Amino acid sequence: MIRRAVRDVPLVTIALLLSLYGIAMVFSAGVTEVRTPAEGLWRTQAMWCLLGMTGAYVVSRFSVRIIEWLSWPAYLFSLLLLAVLLVPGLGGGAGTAASTKSWLVIGGIRLGQPAELAKLTVVLMLARVLSQRREAPSSLLELWKPALVVGVPWLLIMAQPDLGSGLAFVGIFFAMLFWAGVPWRLLLLLASPAVSLVLSFDMWWWGGWFLLLLALVVSYRPYLVEGVVLVVANVVMGVVAPIMWDRLAPYQQKRLLVFIDPQADPRGASWHVLQSQTAIGSGGWFGTGWTAGPQKGLAFLPEQHTDFIFAVVGEELGFIGVSVALGLFLLLFLRVVRIAQRANEPFSGLVAFGLLASWFVHVIVNIGMTLNLMPITGIPLPFFSYGGSFMLASWLAVGVLVRISSEGRGQLGQLSV
Amino acid sequence: MSFHPNDIARRSRIASVLLIAAFVWLGGAFFRAQVQHHEDYELRSRLNRLREVPLPAPRGIIYDRNGQIIAESVPGYTVLLTLDRGRQSQRAMEDTLRATLRRLGQIIDYPEEQIESAVRRYRRDPNRPAVVLADADFTTVSVLEERVAEFPGLLIQAAPKRFYPLRDTVGAFVGYTGEINETELGSSEYEGYKAGQQIGKSGLEKQYEARLRGKEGMRFVEVDARNRVVKRENVRPDLLPEAPPPLYTNIDLDLQRFVFGLMEGDTSLTGGILALDPRTGGVLAMHSNPTFDPNHFIGGISTEEYAGLTNDPRHPLYNKVIQGRYPPASTFKLITSAIAIERGVVNLDTRMPQPCTGGMWIGNRYFRCWDHSGHGDITLRQAIAKSCDVYFYQLGLRLGLEEMLAGGVRIGMNEKSGIDLPNELKPRWPADIKYFDDTYGPQHWSRTVVASLAIGQADDAQTVANMARLYAALATDGAAPRPRIVQGDPVRTPAFRLSDEQLDGLRLALADVVSARGTAGASALQGITIAGKTGTAQTGRPGERDHAWFVGFAPAEDPKIVVAVFIEHGEHGSAAARLASRTIEQYLRAPTAPVPVTEEGP
Repeated sequence: MIRRAVRDVPLVTIALLLSLYGIAMVFSAGVTEVRTPAEGLWRTQAMWCLLGMTGAYVVSRFSVRIIEWLSWPAYLFSLLLLAVLLVPGLGGGAGTAASTKSWLVIGGIRLGQPAELAKLTVVLMLARVLSQRREAPSSLLELWKPALVVGVPWLLIMAQPDLGSGLAFVGIFFAMLFWAGVPWRLLLLLASPAVSLVLSFDMWWWGGWFLLLLALVVSYRPYLVEGVVLVVANVVMGVVAPIMWDRLAPYQQKRLLVFIDPQADPRGASWHVLQSQTAIGSGGWFGTGWTAGPQKGLAFLPEQHTDFIFAVVGEELGFIGVSVALGLFLLLFLRVVRIAQRANEPFSGLVAFGLLASWFVHVIVNIGMTLNLMPITGIPLPFFSYGGSFMLASWLAVGVLVRISSEGRGQLGQLSV
Repeated sequence: MSFHPNDIARRSRIASVLLIAAFVWLGGAFFRAQVQHHEDYELRSRLNRLREVPLPAPRGIIYDRNGQIIAESVPGYTVLLTLDRGRQSQRAMEDTLRATLRRLGQIIDYPEEQIESAVRRYRRDPNRPAVVLADADFTTVSVLEERVAEFPGLLIQAAPKRFYPLRDTVGAFVGYTGEINETELGSSEYEGYKAGQQIGKSGLEKQYEARLRGKEGMRFVEVDARNRVVKRENVRPDLLPEAPPPLYTNIDLDLQRFVFGLMEGDTSLTGGILALDPRTGGVLAMHSNPTFDPNHFIGGISTEEYAGLTNDPRHPLYNKVIQGRYPPASTFKLITSAIAIERGVVNLDTRMPQPCTGGMWIGNRYFRCWDHSGHGDITLRQAIAKSCDVYFYQLGLRLGLEEMLAGGVRIGMNEKSGIDLPNELKPRWPADIKYFDDTYGPQHWSRTVVASLAIGQADDAQTVANMARLYAALATDGAAPRPRIVQGDPVRTPAFRLSDEQLDGLRLALADVVSARGTAGASALQGITIAGKTGTAQTGRPGERDHAWFVGFAPAEDPKIVVAVFIEHGEHGSAAARLASRTIEQYLRAPTAPVPVTEEGP
């Protein structure tokens, strides 16, 4: 009976466990010695979770065909929302990215983050575009269409600027190209300008990279135009990067610097990272106990109910609690890989893998950030971070995955994760 | 594109492996932080939220020789403000402190200049909580206690406070404590001290700072990220402050009270008195009149009161016993006699060629005797009793200037008495003839100055303490004890190389002074022979009344107490003698006989 209603018990179970874990942590984040805005927010979070599950159930009733058909209007709608954010007065900030315009604000009320919706619609749209081809692209030029699908919302998001979501889009893009069968050398060439950008800070590194790239281009033998464009792009990135750096907002520069050296400014920019590391490290094997974390309780942890909620897990539940959370995420992801693999047609598989990529980037960047393994980008942790629209979007994704899973090949009961 | 099931399966495998690798990497990072470096982070977390609040130690109790309390510590309160170290710039922190103190000023009396001084003190040591009030009274504390929620970081701390139960009775020597100032913090003498701590500022408190200072304790409070104190009790076990062992003094508080009463009773009297045990140098009593109540300095004296004390023409903050320098006048004649006898120039029965006729010519100048009717032809013993100036002029001339100066230097006329109090002044005594050349010019002085020196005038200015020390030498075996307030091994330095008979003779002559035959006959006591010498020192300014001296000891045959008294403008030494004799009577006839005290306790 349950199986008929839910259709993919392991997936829903894992997502439900993650949500309950997350709500428990949001509750704990609200238990502080001094009042913080996080107090009592767990109720709102639980409500959004219920809403999201209802939405997921509804979505799972739709055929994948309807979802595919919906992807065009949904994509255009999310582009519109992203564009609207750039209109003065409609975009607002929150959390660690308070100075950006990632929130849709109308009449002083924050309605949600359009980027969260865009992640979903871009995955659908990209899946649609990629699934229409029957042959793997043999040159970069053939990738113009998928690049455009991701590029437009990506530029709109970077204009806010929202580095974290931008990163998620890059992750989605590459992951879905990989799933579509684009050869890894082509992916590497595609990524080469970004690598140039990063390496441009040191002449020798960049020089070495450039030689490697030339060798790749020669061995891969792309079209002439393509090769020239690639080389030029890399040169431009290598030269332009320092100029781009100057154009970054000071807080962004600081965050990147702190990522490189967290001790650089212990009470300023790296405050977040140090406090988060301290909280996690002081947790030890078993943590200080649920709701009893002193770092959290005394409000040393920044954004403890949103961006840095995983530091609360680390402090209060220790390495055991962290392992359980990481384990649940890994199970979820492996399950989604299995769903993508079993999908009965390319669009479904691509959607599943795209959603997986989006979650994966969020999890790795968010959790990595709490230990200074990743730069601070203000990217939330799925099912954990407080935030209505993100919880809703995560559960809608679960709904889509359940549908794909139910339309997939093979017997559900026989599959293990 | 390529969606053949085999390709898909291969990609799934790659994706799964990558996913697992990524999570293993993440898990490894958490293992490193949470398990391997757990202790570092645990410590950092603690440092993050714990603030140290110093717990001041009580200062050592000061007892008199009978176990009565001279100085003790009583419960008091300090008000502190913890500030987050280093989150903001030093400048910003000071502004925060200033703003908080201004808000405090709305509920308690806290003037602007106090705010600035609190900020200055805080600047000195930003790692310690800022001291808002070093000594808060009970009403202020209760007002603040009620509204402590409005002032995050405000801490009310029980802090022992210095109290002198006898108040101004011990004001002359006990000194007082106060908060260490910036100059002191910078000096090597106060290495290891921190801003806000209490130190001895004068008197015994300063002299014995190292022995009176306790060991500061530490308490921990928990603060949140905005530095508000969230937990005050049992955050971590306190490090309790430790009080040092008490300080036992030679002071006899009964005698001290008596001496104080004697001098305090006469409101116009300005001067000092010192009573020593001649055998040990132990200070039995010391008073300088007028004096002050050291309790007023605890927790900070008001500006008006302090100005009142410093502007008072009678200088209450001055300890006249060690900081007043006056010509010793006739009290010095005994010293002249001792030097002359030691040199073998005279003995106690020697007569001078010129009998006293009320004065004598030396060169072209007439030197007067204080008794214009003259003393006639007398021996040294009689000259001491009558304090005959003419005799001593001649004795001085016979001794010679060089011998006189050298003799004075030998017994320490130009040295501090070495009493265990800070700020003692060096007495004035010419070290050699060069002094006169340097001071007056080679042509402008005459060797007849020795005549004036012989009677304790001219370039001789002694402290009461130094005179008491020298008389203590004469009262015993010729060795001068170092006056000591705090008990310890006596230090005696040889001063007069005189035989027992010579010393006995001098003492007998001195005893004559306080008898019907002498200048202080009125101060004689029934049954106690007092040996002593009066002195009347000219101020050098016309119209001013002379200063009065008396230095003596009793009982003459076996001295147990030396008393030196100086009264500014006391007119005649007999006035000082009266005070001394009553002090001696009190001491020798007091119902509580002095009991020696060991270091262990009363």
